[in-house]
Amino acid sequence: MSAPGTTSAPAALWRRPAVRVWIGVAVAAVVLFGLAPAVLSDFRLNLLAKFLCLAMVAVGIGLAWGRGGMLVLGQGVFFGIGGYLMAMHMKLSDAGPGGVPDFMLLYGDGVVPGWWEPFRSPLVTVLAILVLPAGTAALLGLAVFRRRVRGAYFAILSQALAAAFAILLVGQQKVTGGTNGLNGFRSFFGYDLADPVNKRMLYFIAAGVLIAMVVVVRLLMVSRYGELLVAVRDQENRVRFLGYDPANVKVVAYAIAACFAGIGGALFAPVVGIISPADVGVIPSIGFLVGVAIGGRATLLGPVLGAVAVSWAETGLSEQFPSFWTYFQGALFILVVAFLPQGFASLGGLWRRRRAAGAAPGEPPTDPGPTGTAPGHATADDGAGTTTTDDARTAGRTA
Amino acid sequence: MTTHPLPSRTTRKRALAVSAAALAAALTLSACGGARTADAADGSPSASGGSSCVDTSGDTVKIGFLNSLSGTMAISEQTVRDSLDLAAEEINAAGGVLGKQLEIVAEDGASEPTVFAEKAEKLISSDCVAAVFGGWTSSSRKAMLPVFESRNSLLFYPVQYEGLEASSNIFYTGATTNQQIIPGMDYLAEQGKKKVFLVGSDYVFPRTANKIINAYAEANGIEIVGEEYAPLGHTDFATIVNKLKASGADAVFNTLNGDSNVAFFKEYKNVGLTADAVPVVSVSIAEEEVGGIGVDNIVGQLTAWNYYQTVESPTNETFVAAFKEKYGEDRPTSDPMEAAYTSLYLWKGMVEKAESFEVADIQDAADGVTFDAPEGTVTVNGDNHHIAKTAYIGKIDADGLIYPVWESDGPIEPDPFLEGYEWAEGLS
Amino acid sequence: MDALFSQLFAGLSLGSVLLLAALGLALTFGQMGVINMAHGEFMMAGAYTAFVLQAFIPDAGVSLLVALPVGFVVGGLLGLLLEVTLISRMYRRPLDTLLVTFGVALVLQQLARDVFGAPNVDVRAPAWLSGAVPVLGMNLPKTRLFILALAIACVVALSLVLKTTSLGRRIRATVQNRDLAETSGVSTRATDRLTFFVGSGVAGVAGVALTLLGSIGPTLGTNYIVDAFLVVVVGGIGQLKGAVIAAFSLGILQATFEYSTTASLAKVLLFVVIVAFLQVRPQGLVSVRTRSLA
Repeated sequence: MSAPGTTSAPAALWRRPAVRVWIGVAVAAVVLFGLAPAVLSDFRLNLLAKFLCLAMVAVGIGLAWGRGGMLVLGQGVFFGIGGYLMAMHMKLSDAGPGGVPDFMLLYGDGVVPGWWEPFRSPLVTVLAILVLPAGTAALLGLAVFRRRVRGAYFAILSQALAAAFAILLVGQQKVTGGTNGLNGFRSFFGYDLADPVNKRMLYFIAAGVLIAMVVVVRLLMVSRYGELLVAVRDQENRVRFLGYDPANVKVVAYAIAACFAGIGGALFAPVVGIISPADVGVIPSIGFLVGVAIGGRATLLGPVLGAVAVSWAETGLSEQFPSFWTYFQGALFILVVAFLPQGFASLGGLWRRRRAAGAAPGEPPTDPGPTGTAPGHATADDGAGTTTTDDARTAGRTA
Repeated sequence: MTTHPLPSRTTRKRALAVSAAALAAALTLSACGGARTADAADGSPSASGGSSCVDTSGDTVKIGFLNSLSGTMAISEQTVRDSLDLAAEEINAAGGVLGKQLEIVAEDGASEPTVFAEKAEKLISSDCVAAVFGGWTSSSRKAMLPVFESRNSLLFYPVQYEGLEASSNIFYTGATTNQQIIPGMDYLAEQGKKKVFLVGSDYVFPRTANKIINAYAEANGIEIVGEEYAPLGHTDFATIVNKLKASGADAVFNTLNGDSNVAFFKEYKNVGLTADAVPVVSVSIAEEEVGGIGVDNIVGQLTAWNYYQTVESPTNETFVAAFKEKYGEDRPTSDPMEAAYTSLYLWKGMVEKAESFEVADIQDAADGVTFDAPEGTVTVNGDNHHIAKTAYIGKIDADGLIYPVWESDGPIEPDPFLEGYEWAEGLS
Repeated sequence: MDALFSQLFAGLSLGSVLLLAALGLALTFGQMGVINMAHGEFMMAGAYTAFVLQAFIPDAGVSLLVALPVGFVVGGLLGLLLEVTLISRMYRRPLDTLLVTFGVALVLQQLARDVFGAPNVDVRAPAWLSGAVPVLGMNLPKTRLFILALAIACVVALSLVLKTTSLGRRIRATVQNRDLAETSGVSTRATDRLTFFVGSGVAGVAGVALTLLGSIGPTLGTNYIVDAFLVVVVGGIGQLKGAVIAAFSLGILQATFEYSTTASLAKVLLFVVIVAFLQVRPQGLVSVRTRSLA
């Protein structure tokens, strides 16, 4: 296979990494907007919308973990913030006379707490969904990254954060609905949620948002920032010596991942009709990673496809074999992460590399780097033009 | 290490990116636009989910069982599934419902509320079941409720719960608060207990139950000397039991869930508290939990339920014998299992009275449907869709079973909003 | 006053449980940087060992004493198996071990569910551990004193191993500088394996101890794993001292918070304190100087 940039044959156009990525995005758009609504029943389409919301979290994780090397084990927190914000707005706008959500009348003292009030406004809610998760992540990120807490330490902290957040939500039943979470939404910005047409609208919004996120990540990946992020992942100290502050680089990726998770949560609530602590704790937070790992953490579309595929498999398999599903999920984790660290996306890469055997060496990496030497830290499988790492021996290891 | 001529490459990509983004945006907008017009047209009551796809033309009718078979709640919900299966088998053997054999569509709720909502939707709209039986946790019921209401289908929910709910699409065959919590408190008051300590897991049922208990206590001259919540799965009760001991309580009302009970009772015993001096009334410990907690740790303690395996009635003898024959001698029967078993028979009764599988007909026919259940005769209340049940206070015996020591004067009418109790006025 | 002392004891007792859960982690995480999410499931295996042994040995006291070493071996062998089959392949990918071992944890949990059944089971406490010892007007439960003693015994035994045996010297050398240790003729592979065996074995012992406090279920491990990791993070890696101080401090803090607020809020407060603490000392309480950057 000829190296990109040197070929001019139109037949080889699709092999160019950049072109391939956009073809991938276009195919995804056609499938999501054309094919899926045409062939799926309302029920299955809504299910797909739910998976797309989970995939949004996966896109963010792909950026923070795959590109930035930060193992984010607490994305449930940001997913939850987004979901609860949206749910609060929906509860408030559904509320009957007096403007008090039903669960507060039942479990609380029937008084809407002050910090709920702003979310009566749709505008404030949407802004908060975009800003709060990202802001929280930025603050937390600044606090820990500046102190050079990273690698496993960061992973454990973010996991503890998810645990604490879930416990907090459960404990404040009067204002959060406790373990029941918030549910029973009737309308979404004035649109009746019981109407299948509006459910479809939600699906289209989710699909559009997801594609937009993928585009954003793609643009980031090929930007100078994207290269810096990969550099920080692979050799944080070298980047520091070059005069950059790795903490800032990481914070941006972490905040974007949090923002995506928040948006995913915000759409998840109306799509599924409930958001509860069970969706935000330690276990769901790790669950978000499964799809990313399986699809290929450092690729653009891998996390999306992985997340959708895993959720689909879970729904399908757990229906027939509930206990088998747990084994299957565990085995997937073990096998993929241990033996296929770049996920199933790397299978394509391997195949291409075999086909490309004998092609001129030293050209841009259309294939993943030799995974044996850069383990856990993927090189750009989609050939985004990022530089491969020359030395990624123990990146991510804490000191 | 190669470097690329960045500028030219990026420009080309930008252009592509912009066009793709524009495409996505346009598609999203058009999708929204479509929905908006539809929404405007929706002013007429098009009754989105109203049309039912239940097929009753053949000689079978589909019903759905939705219980958690995986995850943390599987322990409890599997028992409910077992007794539902038993009831379905019996009904089919006796000729079915309106001459139609029951065809079970079984689903796993995976202990997650979102999964319950999703599977309920699937059972109703894809499998077209006539009714769904299942759910355990409050959160699973709350998650399913909007689905059943918007699709106008029926759910039979078999577990005691925190009350304050009455949906025309749900039949509640477990106890509401005035059939379990209040009898439990009545019993303590009768025993002359004046200082009660409340301990519960941190979720909806305990918090709501304790809110009711507080109001009850105030009206009946009982002092609540402490109210503590442990996160679900909490296993260190040293501090809470310290507080309990320091409070001088003469009784404990326990709404702890699952594993926490074990740690709590072991700690309770270790600090030297006894069932004679400071009895604990539990509302979430049934026969099958006693073994896991360890009979030694809990013998002599009290429970409040509407059924025990030891309830003496001919129907119960048959039920226990049938259950043990199907699932093994060592399997006890318990309140939620009995309520689930009863729920299927009640649905059968309603369908036969209505002579129809239609939701509206069943709702109309529901009032007054009775069943001679293992716990005693139960009657459906057509207004709030709960059932009248007898309350029993039981004592845990060394053989691991629970024996009734007190029972209410006949079945108690369900009152989920506690409208019949003056002291409960400010509660909901 | 009485309440103060009881709470202090409650905190120490909670700390001893945390310590037992975290000791093995401090070893494996400290030496190898491996985040073993299946550590909690090794504890579960230890607990089920105690349950199974009780079926064979009718005397609760004897079976408990037998269960301690057997639990150690069961946990240790599981750890060894994990190390040899999976972890040894991924030493240079510490974050990935977290995910792989999480998968292992899922499988082990389901395995326990299928083998022992989903309902929790109970292990009878021996008669000599029931009741309480009156000290200064307080009743200290014997089981908690036993666990406290067990935790201290484990720490003493481990530090003796680390300080006086050649395995200990090799472990310490590997922690401080893996490459140099290897160059000096230490077989770091063999050392890793032994460390993993010992660390996982301690988890098994912790599991046996936990049967005295609560019941045993497939999810026993998940309840402790996050807390145990926090102990290790706060304690700092490379020395047991850090884990010991961290476990008891967190135990006492949690008990104090819990007494003055609620159990739920205590957990949240504890997390806030830990994040604040890591601002001051990101490397934890105690850390071995290494020559690695940052």
